[in-house]
Amino acid sequence: MQTSSTDRYAQLFDDLKTKQQGAFVPFVMLGDPDKQTSIEIILTLVENGADALELGFPFSDPIADGPTIQKAAIRALDQGIRPDDCFEIIAAVREKHADIPIGLLLYSNLVMKPGIEAFYAKAAQVGVDSILLADVPLRESAPFRDAAVKYNIKQILIAPPNASDDALADIAAASDGYIYLLGRAGVTGTESTATTPVAELAAKLNQHKGAPAVIGFGISKPEHVSAAIKAGAAGAIAGSATVNLIHDNLGDKQLMLQKLADFTQAMKAATL
Amino acid sequence: MSNKLESKFGQYGGMYVPELLIPALDQLEQAFIDAQNDPEFQAEFIGLLKDYAGRPTPLTKVRNLVSNPLVTMYLKREDLLHGGAHKTNQVLGQALLTKRMGKTHVIAETGAGQHGTATALACALLGLKARIYMGAKDVERQAPNVFRMRLMGAEVIPVDAGSGTLKDAVNEALRDWSASYETAHYLLGTAAGPHPFPTIVREFHRMIGEEVREQIMQKEGRLPDSVVACVGGGSNAIGIFADFIDSPEVGLVGVEPAGKGIDTHMHGAAIATGSSGILHGAYSYIMQDKDGQIEESYSVSAGLDYPAVGPQHAHLNDIGRATYSSVTDDEALEAFQLLAKKEGIIPALESSHALAHALKMAEAADKETLIVVNLSGRGDKDIDHVQKILKGDN
Repeated sequence: MQTSSTDRYAQLFDDLKTKQQGAFVPFVMLGDPDKQTSIEIILTLVENGADALELGFPFSDPIADGPTIQKAAIRALDQGIRPDDCFEIIAAVREKHADIPIGLLLYSNLVMKPGIEAFYAKAAQVGVDSILLADVPLRESAPFRDAAVKYNIKQILIAPPNASDDALADIAAASDGYIYLLGRAGVTGTESTATTPVAELAAKLNQHKGAPAVIGFGISKPEHVSAAIKAGAAGAIAGSATVNLIHDNLGDKQLMLQKLADFTQAMKAATL
Repeated sequence: MSNKLESKFGQYGGMYVPELLIPALDQLEQAFIDAQNDPEFQAEFIGLLKDYAGRPTPLTKVRNLVSNPLVTMYLKREDLLHGGAHKTNQVLGQALLTKRMGKTHVIAETGAGQHGTATALACALLGLKARIYMGAKDVERQAPNVFRMRLMGAEVIPVDAGSGTLKDAVNEALRDWSASYETAHYLLGTAAGPHPFPTIVREFHRMIGEEVREQIMQKEGRLPDSVVACVGGGSNAIGIFADFIDSPEVGLVGVEPAGKGIDTHMHGAAIATGSSGILHGAYSYIMQDKDGQIEESYSVSAGLDYPAVGPQHAHLNDIGRATYSSVTDDEALEAFQLLAKKEGIIPALESSHALAHALKMAEAADKETLIVVNLSGRGDKDIDHVQKILKGDN
């Protein structure tokens, strides 16, 4: 269980800095394709080199996601996965891996329904380190950040490629744990790769001396990871590419886990 | 990092969208503020409303529909507006804003195809390229409207994801916009969604209520006791309410679709459920399950088949300035037929909800009562559907 002195992200980024590595952070949907397999998938990711985890809660109306992640949410919802199942999966992973930073990436209504405080309290209880709400911009983030502080959770904010310099400064100042730097406009997916001059964006963010910037959206290959690190990011997040391996191997769990293991190793190797 | 206009209505509204869309929404807010203060823009908008769309629309006193002699009922005839519904008003306004922002493309969602059709006509007129997202099921069910949109040059994109209906079309339009905001404007079709849409849509429909005020003063020498309108997202209702909000003697009554009954799960009465949450960028009343997953709405009327309501309606409800009731499919179908038979007007199924509730009010009235109903659209689009239902094949 998490103690108030634990700062797994700070620990991770310090360690990686010493080792001169970037962070590889895979994303998967909790409960995809079912509860038990989801636990095995996440353990496979951790045991093959993932430095941190981004985990989604399935939501009926994911406006920031492309078809791959939408389908993963539908698979999980069709299995009857509910928020309590998601928390149980996380608790199972946390029990085996005390040190890996675990982040949640979800939509605000799943937090509003039980109540912001109740949701953050539950997340803290199962060992969650950070929460990113895909549909909560800085402007609406105050009540969520207050709850995050209260329960010792990092509230992650997104720095989009089209933000003004002032907006970037505000986001850098407010995002705790790390800053999720969008590699490009649009929604999640491997259909298009990161195209924005991320080096410039990463440099701007690094200037503000906020939390480390980690790039997401359009990261599907080892060369995207090495380019992200080279551009000045502290790490890279791969969601749709990871989830595609689940989708493509639904009929053969062992093969699915093997492919996820190989993928994680290759992506991690690109951070060295 | 703040808004220039108030982004909330009490606790409702806001901008619950990905950070990526904030610059586009800020740009829209600024363009709207500038346009409201620009006489040239206003002249062009008013000119189009008058000479292209046919404003002002008449206020018609019903002759045979109401049997209670204490009651006088008027219909605000948005059904006579070009395009067949009130929607043309705000679509023209937003299309002009699109041009003002230097954007060349328009994205829109549509359920039954009414907003899509209105968007297509405005884009044809103003030389904009329209891409309209429509649930795959709706594309099949609403073939004539799909043809209308294509006839006017719009691209219609069927959406398979999710339930294949309006809410999924909104999701897809938002996804498109997050990749295309530099050249495209998202022309949202109702008084819902993130700020500044609820405010823009209200202001571009507020002439409905302004005209009613002038017309009723001329005809009756007093303001109405009640103004009644149907509420899906709530654009025609907020349009007719807006000018009366500060006239407390005028009762404002919104009518939600009760479908097969609000205790059946087969309805679209978000306010009646009393459950608030975030959908499509705004905090408001929404239909959701115990975990916060959005539920499918249902109504015989596609234009009211939406699992949320505009945030200003949520606020007007909470402060008691407006009251919201609901009407079932059957009651709406009865009003639909009654207006045709008694007055020679075929109303949209959406507007039939408002009418059905107004008829209940009329029946219950025990003193002189003056009621205005927003007849937000005409029913030609619904004729095949209603015929099937009445024959019992549906």
